[in-house]
Amino acid sequence: MSISKLGRPLIALAVLALLIALPLLAEAMGQPALTSMVARILIYGIAAASLNIVLGYGGMVSFGHAAFFGIGGYVVGILYAHHASGDPLLGFIPGTNQLLITLPAAILVSGLAALVIGALSLRTSGVQFIMITLAFAQMLFFLFVSLKAYGGDDGLIIRRANEVPWLNMRDKQTVYYVCLAVTTVFFILLWRFVNSRFANVLNGLRQSEKRMAAIGLPAYRYKLAAFVISGMGAGCAGALMANFLRFASPDMLHWTKSGELMVMVILGGVGTLFGPLAGAAVYIALESILASWTEYWQLGVGMILLFVVLYTHGGVQALAQRLVGRQT
Amino acid sequence: MNAPILAVRGLVKHFGGLIATDSVDLDVLPGQIHALIGPNGAGKTTLIAQLAGELRPNGGSIALDGRTIDALPAAARVARGLARTFQITCLLPDCSVRDNVAIAVQIRQGHSFRFLRNAHRDEGLRGEAETRLAAAGLAGRADEIVANLSHGERKQLELVVALATRPRILLLDEPMAGLGHAESQQMIKTLRALKKDVAMLLVEHDMEAVFQLADRISVLVYGRVIASGTADEIRRDPEVRKAYLGDGDEAC
Amino acid sequence: MTLFFEQTLNGLQFGVMLFLMAAGLTLIFGIMGIINLAHGSIYMVGAYAGTLVITETGSFLLGVPAALAVAAITGIVMEVAVIRRLYRRDHLDQVLATFAIILILNQAITIFFGRQPLFAPMPDAFSGSVELLPGLFYPVYRLVIILVGLAVAAGLYILINRTRIGMLVRAGSTNRDMVRALGVDIRMLYTVVFALGALLAGLAGLMAGPVLAVQVGMGEQILITTFVVVVIGGVGSIKGAFYASLIIGVVDTLLRAYLPGLLRQFMVGSEADALGAGISSMGIYLLMALVLLARPKGLFVADS
Repeated sequence: MSISKLGRPLIALAVLALLIALPLLAEAMGQPALTSMVARILIYGIAAASLNIVLGYGGMVSFGHAAFFGIGGYVVGILYAHHASGDPLLGFIPGTNQLLITLPAAILVSGLAALVIGALSLRTSGVQFIMITLAFAQMLFFLFVSLKAYGGDDGLIIRRANEVPWLNMRDKQTVYYVCLAVTTVFFILLWRFVNSRFANVLNGLRQSEKRMAAIGLPAYRYKLAAFVISGMGAGCAGALMANFLRFASPDMLHWTKSGELMVMVILGGVGTLFGPLAGAAVYIALESILASWTEYWQLGVGMILLFVVLYTHGGVQALAQRLVGRQT
Repeated sequence: MNAPILAVRGLVKHFGGLIATDSVDLDVLPGQIHALIGPNGAGKTTLIAQLAGELRPNGGSIALDGRTIDALPAAARVARGLARTFQITCLLPDCSVRDNVAIAVQIRQGHSFRFLRNAHRDEGLRGEAETRLAAAGLAGRADEIVANLSHGERKQLELVVALATRPRILLLDEPMAGLGHAESQQMIKTLRALKKDVAMLLVEHDMEAVFQLADRISVLVYGRVIASGTADEIRRDPEVRKAYLGDGDEAC
Repeated sequence: MTLFFEQTLNGLQFGVMLFLMAAGLTLIFGIMGIINLAHGSIYMVGAYAGTLVITETGSFLLGVPAALAVAAITGIVMEVAVIRRLYRRDHLDQVLATFAIILILNQAITIFFGRQPLFAPMPDAFSGSVELLPGLFYPVYRLVIILVGLAVAAGLYILINRTRIGMLVRAGSTNRDMVRALGVDIRMLYTVVFALGALLAGLAGLMAGPVLAVQVGMGEQILITTFVVVVIGGVGSIKGAFYASLIIGVVDTLLRAYLPGLLRQFMVGSEADALGAGISSMGIYLLMALVLLARPKGLFVADS
């Protein structure tokens, strides 16, 4: 049986309570590294859930979402670099290390990038769309590699995490709680979003664009809006990641990162609210377990992914539900 | 004399060397059902697709209420009051029956750029969807997923969804295809009751239904309108008998 | 001027390599509706197999059949084991499954060959240069690559336009059901087409050996460029793939050759080189963006 309507908010609240208590529990268990791992899960959860807006709800297979993730990271990194050096970006934009400025800036810039890339890519659909989003992400990858002023290949070190008034961001736990707070707000907004009129349209477009045109919907602008929102979410995650790692590098935009985000979405269940978060958790856990066994951990990831795609329909959530369903 | 609500002049469409629509002229008057008949492959569905804006014609002009709509994409034509149903039903398969209607209501109302308010509890959408379903006798199926509907129910739902856009002219692509006798009779009744509000262009193979419903009939063969007139005129037309009604048994 | 000729020839050489990749990719998509990310992995497998045999035996001639056979077999195994299950799936599943194959093959290669790049020796017969124009000496091997690429293009043209298989391929790309109705074993046809695509990718990988480093990741690099080719040429069009490959090959090579020099007139040498390299790697993507603005379906696909 699927989880009842009343049960879901309760489970969400229970998970939230657990996440709030996590740093203390991790300390008590003598596993402080667990907190950082969960922080990464939360951040990737935001990125994957953002990708899921276009991928799962809208049916647009974007293979270039690492671009927006990376742009978010670089916005934080570049603003920090100018803050540290004192000379303004392009001669007139002062640098900053205030999260309350850098985070919205990252969301805005990645949204603009998504607007441009989406406006071009959405002129096509299907397999071309996949190839084009991948290609544009690769283009931005090369762009950041060539920006020697911002570290080029080596990436950009952010000496200190962005500051938030009244909080001590040098404390790793505080950074974790900031990530958790952003994640919570993000998923509340997303929960409202998936029940909105806009999401209705998106849902319809995934199932049949022809039908939606026949009832009078001009598809392009809605798909583009979804793409921009999705890019903004990924940018937000990237900005958090840059703060968490205190590092932004071209690796954040690498095409394998786009692939990983897609894998998280499918592991968790395409087109579900919390699926991508669960998928991120499974992926990160899998990665750390396999990596502790062998340096060739990607082999394991590849095989599991292949199995999930070929033999399960709907990711681990559906798999778990089916297994539970079989037993009862 | 009424001005036509839909006026087609010299419409041409070819695919490579094949002519699918050959200088078609067609008028649909308000309050009327205009049937379009013709053997398989005559280009009826292609014509509908051009009228709906899904396919761009190579030449000619289409006017809705006296204003040309040639430049408008499909979605914009719906906003002007032109709706269609599909021969092979084209619904949102994973959505409930109610949501299929509600989404059409929502798009008609506009306001689809709303991101945070819960649309499923929006009485303006639910209420109208349920009223429309009740009128079509589908109220009991509102919560069913479309993929679980019978063929006949889907055909009915196609019509309900199209009507939810509040069209003034409706293009019906074989609404009776695959229906049983009782279901067909029901559909005929529904369409007849509708026609005072909505003009219709009806593509249909079921001749019995066509002769019961149509105020005017046009006959399409190889993309050309070879005859146009009342049901009686068409029945008597020698060219039509030769080209079409002669092998009508096969087509039905 | 001789430098310009030389760079243009380099561009053509890169272009025909891209064509070998793009032809297979676009054929596989056009006929089976499959987007195959692992096409680059077959290229890599071909390169490794060829390089291994050439270095072990010292004979380039033995390397050729080895690379082609290993690539084709890899392709057939891939088709039978995985791809076949994906024909009825959506693009998302295809992307993820073939992404999984990339991960698996990359790691398998790393396990067997390590992370150090290999370098294939140039075959002796082709190791010199010829004087094409007064003062323009050009490596024979690169000329051979261009000739092989053009020969393959001609062969594909004949195969597709003159043979029964080609007829099925053309029919299959426009109407799959019709081919099935002709009583053709569609499974067999798909496997053959997939193997052919793999063979071409293996050939490209083999020829890349002596000019590029053979290493893990080489497949994805060329794959993404190949995507740009396919998008510009029009998905499913071999003719489009041919012209787009040559355009992309030449544009990319010339940008890399000339842009840093151009920029050096305005800024410091090292910065100019970095920025020039960056912008020239972006050049083909910008070209793709322009094509998308003008003709979203690609340059060589007729608008329907």
